[in-house]
Amino acid sequence: MATPDIIDTLAGIAPGSALDAIRARRLQARENAQKSYLSLFEPIDARNFSLAERAAVAAFVTGLHGESPVAAFYRDKLVANPDGARLLEAIDAEIARGRTSGPYGSYPAGPLSVENTAGLIYRVSAASKSALGIRLVAALEHAHLLVFRPRDAASDDMKALLDAGWSSTGIVTFSQLVAFLSFQVRVVSGLRTLAAANA
Amino acid sequence: MSATVNPPVAFTQDELGWVSWIDPLPEAGLTERHFNGLVDRARAKSEYFRLLVRDPEVLEARTKTDKDIFYNVADGLPRAERELAAAATSRYNGCIYCASVHARFASTYSKRRDDVQKLLDEGVKADLGERWNAIVKASVALAATPIAFGPDNVAELRRVGLDDAEIVDVINGASFFNWANRLMLSLGEPSK
Repeated sequence: MATPDIIDTLAGIAPGSALDAIRARRLQARENAQKSYLSLFEPIDARNFSLAERAAVAAFVTGLHGESPVAAFYRDKLVANPDGARLLEAIDAEIARGRTSGPYGSYPAGPLSVENTAGLIYRVSAASKSALGIRLVAALEHAHLLVFRPRDAASDDMKALLDAGWSSTGIVTFSQLVAFLSFQVRVVSGLRTLAAANA
Repeated sequence: MSATVNPPVAFTQDELGWVSWIDPLPEAGLTERHFNGLVDRARAKSEYFRLLVRDPEVLEARTKTDKDIFYNVADGLPRAERELAAAATSRYNGCIYCASVHARFASTYSKRRDDVQKLLDEGVKADLGERWNAIVKASVALAATPIAFGPDNVAELRRVGLDDAEIVDVINGASFFNWANRLMLSLGEPSK
């Protein structure tokens, strides 16, 4: 195998273990979770969403979920980029400002309005804006919405990304990346919890 | 795209449409690379998939992950309960579109339409019986940020009869909908 399976690595699943055997029963899912990771972080075409931007968004998104092997992995990935260490400093400051509990947000006006829950409407600090640049500022603000209050998303949020220089294709890949990480961080956490319950 | 949108204001098992907020690729312009990304050629008719196919490699991998987690029922958790995990996750995150699709599937495979409707109407605290309650609770704990899934969830799932392979199906199904919900909620909106 070329690249070790990233979910197995992050969840600490050893070859030959009970969870390794269970994951092998969903081989297509295992292989394609891996291909999802590779096509997001080692894409054949990064013109619409650069590798450094991908790593920065990933470090932010996984960091918002709290300290974990997944968050540490994407921090390291960011630092491995030219300029990554400088970006990480701003990302760390923004993670600290953006951490909260979700999901929250509002429903379309109607019977579900009683379930509307207020919470942080995160905006990048003035201090971090120059280090991040206009595209990443818009990306972090939208990523925070996706992580914590996805039901608040509106067409104006697409406009904000387009206005910051994101192409439609870039927005699709960026949205996939944040959404994929929301999946990956949960699979890893769930498998780790299950492994610990068996230890 | 500019067709009149009539957004639903409540969770429902009815069939809904979905309208993109940014331009999908035109069907006529799709190449073999795009069709590989769509996996099923018929998906070229869907605005949602023609939008996601702007990144065909990611869409292909996402679709194949999805299909195996939900459709591979040679062993493990019954399909109905994988769909329950998807519906509960969608109810908790607030994705009316995803909840409609997977509530319908949960009803079809479980023949417990009224219980599924109770989940939609009352939310994730609805009492659906011990086994379904445990699956809903585990799915909700996984969907929370920070993630709240812990040893108590594992113990509860075991108590209601799930083995480790079935618990992994719950983890996969619920986690996958944290992926799906965020795309459906943020790139467009449902329409009745």
